[in-house]
Amino acid sequence: MKNILEIRKVNKFYGDQIKNQVLFDINLLIEEGSFNAIIGASGSGKSTLLNIIGSLDVPTSGEILIGGRIESHMTSDRLAEIRNEVLGFIFQFHYLLPEFTALENVLIPYQIKHGKITKEAKQRALELLKEVGLEKVENNLASNLSGGEQQRVAIARALINNPKIILADEPTGNLDSKTTNIIYDILRNINKKYNTTFLIITHDENIAKKADRIIEIKDGKIFNDTKKD
Amino acid sequence: MKLSYKIAKRFLKSNKNQTVLIILGISVGIAVQLFISLLITGLQESLINKTIGNNSQISITSFTQDYINKEEININNLYNLDDKIEDITYYLDINSLANISDDNFNLIIRGIDDSYDSIYNLNKHITSGKIKRGNYIILSENYKNKYNLKINDAIKILANDQSTFELKISGFYKYGVKALDDTLSFMNLNDAQNLFDKKNKISSIQIGISNKNIFQADEISKNIDNYLSNNYEIDNWKENNEDLLSGLNGQSISSIIIQIFVVVSVVLGISSVLAISVMQKAKQIGILKAMGIKNKKAASIFLIQGIILGTLGAIIGIILGIILLLLFTTFATNPDNTPIVEITITYISIITAFLVAIISSILASLIPALKSCKLNPIDIIRNN
Ligand SMILES: Nc1ncnc2c1ncn2[C@@H]1O[C@H](COP(=O)(O)OP(=O)(O)OP(=O)(O)O)[C@@H](O)[C@H]1O
Ligand SMILES: [Mg+2]
Repeated sequence: MKNILEIRKVNKFYGDQIKNQVLFDINLLIEEGSFNAIIGASGSGKSTLLNIIGSLDVPTSGEILIGGRIESHMTSDRLAEIRNEVLGFIFQFHYLLPEFTALENVLIPYQIKHGKITKEAKQRALELLKEVGLEKVENNLASNLSGGEQQRVAIARALINNPKIILADEPTGNLDSKTTNIIYDILRNINKKYNTTFLIITHDENIAKKADRIIEIKDGKIFNDTKKD
Repeated sequence: MKLSYKIAKRFLKSNKNQTVLIILGISVGIAVQLFISLLITGLQESLINKTIGNNSQISITSFTQDYINKEEININNLYNLDDKIEDITYYLDINSLANISDDNFNLIIRGIDDSYDSIYNLNKHITSGKIKRGNYIILSENYKNKYNLKINDAIKILANDQSTFELKISGFYKYGVKALDDTLSFMNLNDAQNLFDKKNKISSIQIGISNKNIFQADEISKNIDNYLSNNYEIDNWKENNEDLLSGLNGQSISSIIIQIFVVVSVVLGISSVLAISVMQKAKQIGILKAMGIKNKKAASIFLIQGIILGTLGAIIGIILGIILLLLFTTFATNPDNTPIVEITITYISIITAFLVAIISSILASLIPALKSCKLNPIDIIRNN
């Protein structure tokens, strides 16, 4: 299988005076189309790693390669394009634009890429909303949706540009177990249907168990890396 | 651009009160700017009009003699000297002593022709009768009332050289300016030249300049000076009204300073509101950047907000300013109901006010736009 993502000797320090090392020499190869769970104790460095992969944060040393290209060699505009077209983010705190409706939020990455919204794009956004079970609230302002609904809008938004990789930081962190299972099924479905690569940080053992690969981080190092066949 | 505009509009809508307040602030600023600039322009125009209206802007007299020999100067050549010259006229002034009902008073008899009206608007000020050929004279209403005169009454004239004449009244005029009305009377130029034995003689040539070039009187006067021989003295209104001009200058400068301060406070107002808005919307900008919006586009959201605020503020401000000016001209009036200051609203002033609003709102949104460029999405993602 082809590797879509490569993490080479990534170190991360925080702080100016007192240096606090959060990641230690992380090396990872992620296969295209794989469904990966990242687990580990709170404060172990999971979010830091994911943000660095997503080019939102920069490593102190080491390199991230997306599709064979080194992130640190790219301009900020090129990185913005990668975030927009190649990556899809789902954050723990969903982060929708409260001034826009559910449907408009889903379409924002599309509009960043294409400028204007075509009929087909709108149709696709509606389908995605339907897939996450939100066809009834598509015209509600994001600020008027429940936490679980907002999270599902964020998932639909991450999918709108057909990204190659989805980076999800505890996407079901504050949802009940029934909704968690529904969302997991949605993600897994997309993974199968479009061969999208998933990197999901989770505390949920059930989800972790269903992944193709479990990467466990402990104190900023890869402690365990288990692949299923 | 479309997305930035959509987001800018949403941001402004989501903070309605703030948006309405800042638009009002810009409107008032622009209204005041427009009002002051037009008021001062109107004031200056009416001052200049009062000083040099019904008057020429440049006059030519003889340096060495009392009279100019008209054949020495080609009026047509003078006219073609400068296309800012609009009107030329000339007249003969005879200083005399008039005698009515045993009263003696000084009277200037001015011989004029048809061209006189182009500068001095005499016909508009003739209240009865008209200028007639022959030994006829037009006198001011002041004397008509004082001596109970009628058309066709005769008055006796003693000229400088002690010769006496009898002239008949053919009409009355009233300029309403005491200095003129008390001393001037008019008759036909040719008849005056014949009667007083001043063949081809005139006292002065008067030149009118088109209104918009009125401040170039000194340059034109220099041109005329170069054209004519040294025997002539050329006077222009600017030389004779230096006090007025320096007063106007001071007024213009203070008006501009007031306008600048108004505009600066508008800029500061928009700037502070947008700076607050960047902080209020930091989370949204961070999300958009994580979604891949480029820095320039993120910055343009705030520039567009500035332009929207500036455009709406300009439109309302200009309407407000015009209402203010209309109220001022309707209610600030002289006893005879004419406005104290005649104000004309010009396209230039409205376009200027509009540009001032737009440019100042773009300037005001530059700092917030730069600030939004520097926003790092990770700070928002991490800190929730
Ligand atoms: N901006 C920062 N400055 C200093 N230290 C930071 C910063 N961001 C994160 N850290 C530290 O880095 C470590 C790893 O944080 P990180 O958010 O990656 O943990 P995590 O594994 O995602 O934890 P959780 O499961 O609670 O989300 C923590 O000790 C955290 O305090
Ligand atoms: Mg975390």
